[in-house]
Amino acid sequence: MKYVAANMAGVVLEYHVKPGDTISVDQDVVTLESMKMQIPIQSTVNGTVKTIKVKEGEFVDDGDVLLEVE
Amino acid sequence: MSHNEERVAAEIERIKKGGPEKYHERNRKQHRLFARDRLKLLLDNGQIEFEDGMFAENQNPELPADAIITGVGRIHGRPIAFSASDSTVKAGAAGEKSVQKSLRIQEMAMQMRIPFFYLIDSAGARITDQIRLFPGRNHGGRTFYNQIKMSGVVPQIALMFGPSPAGSAYTPAFADIAIMVEGNASAYLGSPRMAEMVTREKVTLEEMGGARMHCSVSGLGDFLATDEEHAIQIARDYFRYMPQNYLEQPTDAASVAPTSDRPLRDIVPEAQNRPFNMYDFLDTLVDGGSFLEIKKLFAPEIITGLARLNGRAVGIVANQPRVKGGVIFVDSSDKATRFINICNAFNIPLLFLADVSGFMIGAAVERAGIIRHGAKLIAAVSQATVPKISVIVRKCYGAGLYAMAGPAFGSDAVLALPTAQIAVMGPEAAINAVFANQIAEMPEEQREPFRKMMEARYAEDIDIFRLASELIVDTITPFDALRGELITRYNIYQTKSEPFAERRNPIYPV
Repeated sequence: MKYVAANMAGVVLEYHVKPGDTISVDQDVVTLESMKMQIPIQSTVNGTVKTIKVKEGEFVDDGDVLLEVE
Repeated sequence: MSHNEERVAAEIERIKKGGPEKYHERNRKQHRLFARDRLKLLLDNGQIEFEDGMFAENQNPELPADAIITGVGRIHGRPIAFSASDSTVKAGAAGEKSVQKSLRIQEMAMQMRIPFFYLIDSAGARITDQIRLFPGRNHGGRTFYNQIKMSGVVPQIALMFGPSPAGSAYTPAFADIAIMVEGNASAYLGSPRMAEMVTREKVTLEEMGGARMHCSVSGLGDFLATDEEHAIQIARDYFRYMPQNYLEQPTDAASVAPTSDRPLRDIVPEAQNRPFNMYDFLDTLVDGGSFLEIKKLFAPEIITGLARLNGRAVGIVANQPRVKGGVIFVDSSDKATRFINICNAFNIPLLFLADVSGFMIGAAVERAGIIRHGAKLIAAVSQATVPKISVIVRKCYGAGLYAMAGPAFGSDAVLALPTAQIAVMGPEAAINAVFANQIAEMPEEQREPFRKMMEARYAEDIDIFRLASELIVDTITPFDALRGELITRYNIYQTKSEPFAERRNPIYPV
């Protein structure tokens, strides 16, 4: 399973994609908030979003999976 | 022609062919060039000006030039010294004479104060020769000793075309810059087979010591090249920015208009927490096509690279708000430190573009040593005595102000853009830090209005006009005047001469 993960600790502010959407490498797929900054997270894979693993408003650690992609 | 004359010509022809054809064939299959062909691409007119020790080990037909070519050629018209391992001879593994040749050319480069290029493609050292090449005063270790002595005296550039295992893995580490060819270059202390015996891990060479890993994870590599021609092009491009040695200035180029005419004010968001792409800012600021990014794939939350302003070389350290909010981490500290050291060594003025909410906090980074790594960066900023300008693009909080050459760190100028904000911390964090208990005791409905009021007061306190009035920043520069202001200031600052401190050596954190 391919996935997109958080690259630092923070709170999930907003997803820009939903299950079923096609995503590609370097596309902004989710915004985190950390250190008072909005932080766009880019996809590292090409594919279709399968599941969103963490809800908006919830905390994630560095490396936590945000999206599963197939 | 005398017998010896004929023999010289025949020997030169033999030696220049390198090792057996089967190894040339293997190299071709792996998209690896013959060492002499690499030199042809690297040097002006494809020409070696002179070569030393070509006849090394000529009594042994298996060891043409003893697996390494050393000599002098020119790049951009300027003399440079080189050593190039020949992987068609003993897989480029060094023997006794290879080491002697390496030492001699390094010593020549030191005496003549000319730059050094290491063309690396070697299986290491010939273990059968170890007593004659490894442990002694004038053996392998001495090549690193020489590199360390040359560091900051002359530019040292490592081009990694193949392996650089075990001891020789230190060659790129002691060079200023390591350019690695993806798929072929590697550096590691112990091979995967040796590692498995110690750690039981099963790992590929590429995972453990490959070019991409070193350029994006370990930070040993500075440039990831797609192929050998690309690596050589990068080396030549990088060398344009370098003087011959620390006593000389980098040469100017013709001024070129920036790539983009998109106004800076349209690029930088007013809201301090909104991301933007610092590369867009650079496209509008620096001479078109001049930006040469160093360590692009490593710690991308900070950008380091060489560029030109009106043709003059400048080293840029910029926070990248689009990646990890531009927050400084352990690796970003290391990356910026090393870059600043290169620029300061070779008289390249520094430009800091600050938009940073500070160093990362939390147990993970504290355990990784964020304090000592950050301190190392602040030390490098402090001791850099080249012309140094800090542009406060947006927020610059806490020790981020120190890391980005704030007013206390010997900067020749601190320029604030209209969006600048300098403070110990951002308004929200500050109110939380000072009034958390008071807010907690308030009735629910009073909390938010109180917080808003205090944040507004705080914002007034750190207003950029107030800071300019107090002479904290030297000026507030309109967005569209920034390029011109920097060009003018660097022009004036070029005669700067300021020793930092006299001592045996500093004791900065590492």
